[in-house]
Amino acid sequence: MLELPALGWQSIVIFVVFALSLLIATYCTYAERVIAAFLQDRVGPDRAGPYGLLQPLADAVKMFTKEEFFPSGANTALFIFGPCLAMITALMSSAVIPFGNVLEFGSNYFFLQGIEVNIGMLWVFGVVSLGVYGIMIGGWASNNKFSLLGAIRAASQNISYELAMGMSLIAVLMISGTLSLREITLQQSVAGEWHFWNIVKQPLGFIIFLVCAFAETNRTPFDLPECETELVGGYHTEYSSMKLGLYLFSEYVNIFVASAVMSVLYFGGFNFPFQYELRDWLVSNQDWTLAGAQNLITILGTVLLFGKIFGFIFFFMWVRWTLPRFRYDQLMRLGWTILIPLSIFNILLTGGLISFGIIQ
Amino acid sequence: MQPLSNRAKQVDKKPMTLAERAYLPAIFQGLSITMRHFFMKKPTIRYPEEQRPFSPVFRGLHVLKRDEQGRERCTACGLCAVACPAEAITMVAGERKKGEEGLYREEKYAVSYEINMLRCIFCGLCEEACPKAAVYLQADKMAPPRFERDEFIYGKNRLVEPVSPDNRSKRGIQLTEEQAQQLRAKMDAQLA
Repeated sequence: MLELPALGWQSIVIFVVFALSLLIATYCTYAERVIAAFLQDRVGPDRAGPYGLLQPLADAVKMFTKEEFFPSGANTALFIFGPCLAMITALMSSAVIPFGNVLEFGSNYFFLQGIEVNIGMLWVFGVVSLGVYGIMIGGWASNNKFSLLGAIRAASQNISYELAMGMSLIAVLMISGTLSLREITLQQSVAGEWHFWNIVKQPLGFIIFLVCAFAETNRTPFDLPECETELVGGYHTEYSSMKLGLYLFSEYVNIFVASAVMSVLYFGGFNFPFQYELRDWLVSNQDWTLAGAQNLITILGTVLLFGKIFGFIFFFMWVRWTLPRFRYDQLMRLGWTILIPLSIFNILLTGGLISFGIIQ
Repeated sequence: MQPLSNRAKQVDKKPMTLAERAYLPAIFQGLSITMRHFFMKKPTIRYPEEQRPFSPVFRGLHVLKRDEQGRERCTACGLCAVACPAEAITMVAGERKKGEEGLYREEKYAVSYEINMLRCIFCGLCEEACPKAAVYLQADKMAPPRFERDEFIYGKNRLVEPVSPDNRSKRGIQLTEEQAQQLRAKMDAQLA
């Protein structure tokens, strides 16, 4: 029924998603400062523009005009390549996320998604786990022991938590039977039934995934790769100017992608409760065409998906200013002796529930 | 030991319960605390737009008062300089010439009067020492920050209060409404 979208439309969507990720990451820096301030009974930046809304611009100008510093003994090529890789991998992963359902104009269908692939989830996790190379290369090329320690910590932390993350995901796959993020989203909205989001079927899996997402994005309480109190600046100690900006920026893009993935996998993506009832009501009582009503649902769904994403981003920041950092051995113990057994238990539990027909 | 505040807590090393080991209840508790702070009223004062109100007894920047006819009250007796524990005040006395009766109240006046604001400790002893009610520390002005040290030495050009009755300092002897009107009329006549 649905045609493949034209290449032109696809590139437009990819460009919009690219621009949006950058814009959201930019304003994440502002949101982080304001939320941090509010949680600490302060007001945050309010000098640049109304409510300080131009603060990210001022920060960008500062970053661009700072001195580019290369430490002596650093591997210059890798030193430049590190932040580039971190940024590229952060931006690549948002291409497969379905930001909306389908728009219908005449006989043309437009998917609000960059690339629809049947390995969407594998793509996201493959690219995200490549991101740690950016950190490792940057930390290693700096020729600084603090950077190296931060990079090693980043690598070992990501390996430890990616296991639990992948296994909590397997439970979702057992329910959905597909790796395509669009399919997983659509399965969370069956017409005529109560719209089961995966969070209802996978509460334990979601908690594991959430904790691992914090570790994967190097956010507090798992921000050991860059902990200022122990390692000066961690892997980006030697970085300055926009190369540092790219590292900080890629962290926020990663948060955005992690929030989007969590919304899609566990919180119904672009679905919202009573969407089909709303569509049928518009068609039968308000004389809307089916296509028009469907388009409205799609746009509403996209807006709501961004609402969910922003909610998660807020949660990331909320947690950052609430919890202190884990000690390194505690971090490793949590990953290997608690989260991984728990995620295996979650797989067994899901399998049991499926075989007894309780969830499907 | 006798409890003093009734807030002493018994500490023991018993193993954590399952809820404590699961971290999550404590995390939710912490999140609720920070969320409460999110909606609390912020005590921040956005400085250039809002200003913290000064106390009425605040001792700020000095002013050399004029009397109700607009003449300088200071007679350069030097008691303020003697009283000053920080030795911040210097002055040069001079004799009033004929025709300057409208400028200086007494026959002797301060040709120059300087206060070094970097030395001044704003104790207000000069104000107490002054027999002519000439020097006061204002409650609503501070010595602003400067880039150069010599800019902190305030001469008569910055210390003597303006002639205009509307811009007079709120500290010290105030003009009555009639005096202010008389002075304003006199100034208008001089201008005309």
